[in-house]
Amino acid sequence: MATTIAEIQKEKQVGKRLRRREDPRLITGTATYVDDIQMEGMQYAAILRSPHAAAKIRSIDTKLAEKAPGVIAVYTGKDTEKVGAVPCGASLPGLRVPHHNILAVNRVYFVGHPVAVVVAQNRYLAQDAADLIEVDYEPTAAVAEPEKALASGAPAVHPEWPDNVAFTYHQDGGDVDKAFAQAEVIIKQRITSQRLIPMAMETRGVVAEFRAADRQLNLYTSTQIPHLVRTLVASMLSLDENRVRVITPEVGGGFGSKLNVYAEEALMGFLAQKTGKPVKWIESRRENFLCTIHGRGHVDYYELAAKRDGTILGIKLKIIQDVGSYLQLLTAAIPTLSVLMMPGIYNIPSIRADIVGVFTNCMPTDAYRGAGRPEATHGIERMVDILADELNIDPAEIRLKNFVANDKFPYATATGLMYDSGNYAAPLKKALDMVHYKKLRQEQAEARKQGKWLGIGISTYGEICAIGPSPATPAGGWESATVKVEPSGKVTIMTGACPHGQGEETTFAQIAADELGVSVDDVLVVWGDTAVVQYGIGTFGSRGTAIGGTAVYYALQDLKEKIRKFGAVLLEDDDVALADGKVTSKKTGQSKSVPEIAAAAYRAMKLPPNTEPGLVSTHFWEPPNFTFPFGTHIVVTEIDGETGDIKIRRYVAVDDCGNQINPLIVAGQVHGGVAQGLGQSLWEQAVYDDSGQLLTGELTDYAVPRAHMMPWIEAEHTTTPSPVNPLGVKGVGEAGTIGCSPAVVNSVVDALSPLGVRHIDMPLTPEKIWKLLRKGA
Amino acid sequence: MGVASHFDRRPGAPNARPLPIPLSSPSRKRPDFGIVSLANSLCWGYAVKISCKINGKSYSNEVEPRLLLIHYLREVLHLTGSHIGCETSLCGACTVDVNGKAVKSCTMFAVQTDGANITTIEGLAMDGKLDPMQEAFWNEHGLQCGFCTPGMIIASKQILERHPNPSEDEIRHGLTGNICRCTGYQHIVNALKAAASAAQK
Repeated sequence: MATTIAEIQKEKQVGKRLRRREDPRLITGTATYVDDIQMEGMQYAAILRSPHAAAKIRSIDTKLAEKAPGVIAVYTGKDTEKVGAVPCGASLPGLRVPHHNILAVNRVYFVGHPVAVVVAQNRYLAQDAADLIEVDYEPTAAVAEPEKALASGAPAVHPEWPDNVAFTYHQDGGDVDKAFAQAEVIIKQRITSQRLIPMAMETRGVVAEFRAADRQLNLYTSTQIPHLVRTLVASMLSLDENRVRVITPEVGGGFGSKLNVYAEEALMGFLAQKTGKPVKWIESRRENFLCTIHGRGHVDYYELAAKRDGTILGIKLKIIQDVGSYLQLLTAAIPTLSVLMMPGIYNIPSIRADIVGVFTNCMPTDAYRGAGRPEATHGIERMVDILADELNIDPAEIRLKNFVANDKFPYATATGLMYDSGNYAAPLKKALDMVHYKKLRQEQAEARKQGKWLGIGISTYGEICAIGPSPATPAGGWESATVKVEPSGKVTIMTGACPHGQGEETTFAQIAADELGVSVDDVLVVWGDTAVVQYGIGTFGSRGTAIGGTAVYYALQDLKEKIRKFGAVLLEDDDVALADGKVTSKKTGQSKSVPEIAAAAYRAMKLPPNTEPGLVSTHFWEPPNFTFPFGTHIVVTEIDGETGDIKIRRYVAVDDCGNQINPLIVAGQVHGGVAQGLGQSLWEQAVYDDSGQLLTGELTDYAVPRAHMMPWIEAEHTTTPSPVNPLGVKGVGEAGTIGCSPAVVNSVVDALSPLGVRHIDMPLTPEKIWKLLRKGA
Repeated sequence: MGVASHFDRRPGAPNARPLPIPLSSPSRKRPDFGIVSLANSLCWGYAVKISCKINGKSYSNEVEPRLLLIHYLREVLHLTGSHIGCETSLCGACTVDVNGKAVKSCTMFAVQTDGANITTIEGLAMDGKLDPMQEAFWNEHGLQCGFCTPGMIIASKQILERHPNPSEDEIRHGLTGNICRCTGYQHIVNALKAAASAAQK
């Protein structure tokens, strides 16, 4: 039996398809999400929101609401004016930052703008009373589309500024004028990435509890960034940061939408302070559609210069970014990520990018899965396909021709990045083999003769992950970890990351199990409580394992050194080795297990020289660079000539995210990423009408992918370790989304190319396709 | 199940009586939102006694007629395993088993379940032993954030009851009422296949 345990311990845990350690509570319904929190005397808040996209508030009458049954208090913007503004974390030269009150004062700027809040004994009574508030609005002209908002004479979203330009940004790399002068062919195309709704299954929610005697605010919130929420909400409420405790219980998905600080987080803190009792607010799905950040919202104008042999010389890109009515935490920073990624994985020596961020009377846009990179990847991958078509070169061949070659890494891009490692042809070749590319092209030629629409779409994407080195991020780009070996030998990891579905409770335990030679079951991973965990940044930008995991790795290295030192004392031998969960004397062959050493380290009868008692180590890891995963997605589509319906016959994804800690989890991330990419490609779009009403304000009107809509995803991988971190990992959370949309659109455009179709904007609804089939391009 | 009968229980009806502290006042003049508002106003301030069996245990409570089943489970009984993802019966996170049928508990009033036999996610694992469907979701990585999972598991069990050896198509169409935003459904499909083949053995 003992031998068996030793053998199990020797087996490496990293790289295994372990089922997740967080799952037992999730599959039994015993996990605690924010809405599951109950407290003695808890009150409920309901928020009254603006039905107008732009209006002056003439007056608010709360008298009836105040007298309604069960109502404790009603507040409006006048009451909360002293609370600090909802923070904008991005900084760009000349950025116009509107003052973002937590409740509207005098004016509303988008449908859903919070106007008043009711606190009542239960959520039914709170909602009843909110319905009794009378607001006298004077509606003003609204604008909901960025290009219309830029036109002269457009209504000013923020009347204090004469136009709707929130910011402009310019970047040049290489000699782009020369590239276009030398070009033998220039391709121009307008490409949009439509507004999307992140739609995490769990809406946002906050529970706030204020202990007046201690001036202590406990804030339970569904967020990806608990420590940043603590710092910023403390500042908004003028509380001491060390007396604000943010607790992130189970989080039901985020996808970037909870990488933010929202008005409601400070508002609940305000209400708990005012009423002296705990307050809960749970966002309704309708509110989630209206008032949680949206993603994308790009209109891009591309120009690409190339030689007739397919060599790409340069790109010019003008991005019109729909900012929405306010700047949320990272709103203005997102399109700059698009600029960084605009050359894709090609050797393109020159670029020019101009961004204009435009205010509209809509919900602000911000980071949604991929955040700026899907837009860039969609653009370059579409442009490369259009170029291939123009020059009559096979789309796979033109990509191989322009890839950054394997011997060029680390590779400096014209946009100022340093790609860490890559073997771009490998996943492309693997994916081509998987679909039997040559045979498929022959089949396509045959199908065309028979009047059938068969398309093959390739996307060879690259992305920026492990966001990111601190100088490149608005709030610090490192991550922290504390690893403790408890007196019993059990291991506790406290991570500054904040997983919400990514499985870090499992992957971090796998890393620790290998380093210490203990069982995965002996490791506990803790996160999301600012009173327990050292300061951290959070989980977003595919950074959890690549930065958070690396911080764990380095903390473990410190700890291993300590364990060896304590082992040496116990074994009375300076020459010891730590392996398989025990320290062994090289002289005598005697050994002490990690639990034995831990007990001695805390008992502290005999300390090694210059060593503190206990076995605890904290590491804050600053990454020297981003990581750059890549891959190829190939989509084979069949289009119904009668209805315009698109059937995905094959979806092949070959991703390279470096080393994989847990391939089962990696596959899950890819599948989920692809689902959101397909959502954007085929179905999803947040539509505002001209008056700023969100027409897709519910799940009835916003087409989130359901099980029967999804194709089978054939997920494979290649492995090119990252040199940026010792684990060799790159990150995979956003890869599926980033790789997906251009493969789908390229496939459908390829199918319809006999009609002269060159580009179609997403989502590729049957209606759009049907019209093209009727009319041609 | 006694579904429709409770709608008739107006003030003065035999087993409807005012709560000691009115939850809300029926006398207050309210903006008229039409028929729903009218129906609500007729039941305001009154509670109806219901009895039902949930996860094998009997419960008896006085509830407002407008109280949704999901709120009854979560807020009155503190059975918080079933989640609220939309309140409009579109996402399936609140799916529970009512008298053998998977039902979205946000589209049912608590009063409609008088006499019903209900199973929620909390009732599946017995004596520390997971239900085979829970086990399958765990083994196949059929969940990520876990928020849709309780409803997804209840719905999945019903699919296998209807199709003991389901095709992929039957699984996918069976899951249409339940949204998962994390997994892309593929590992959920695998979980159902695994649970089906385990049951065949």
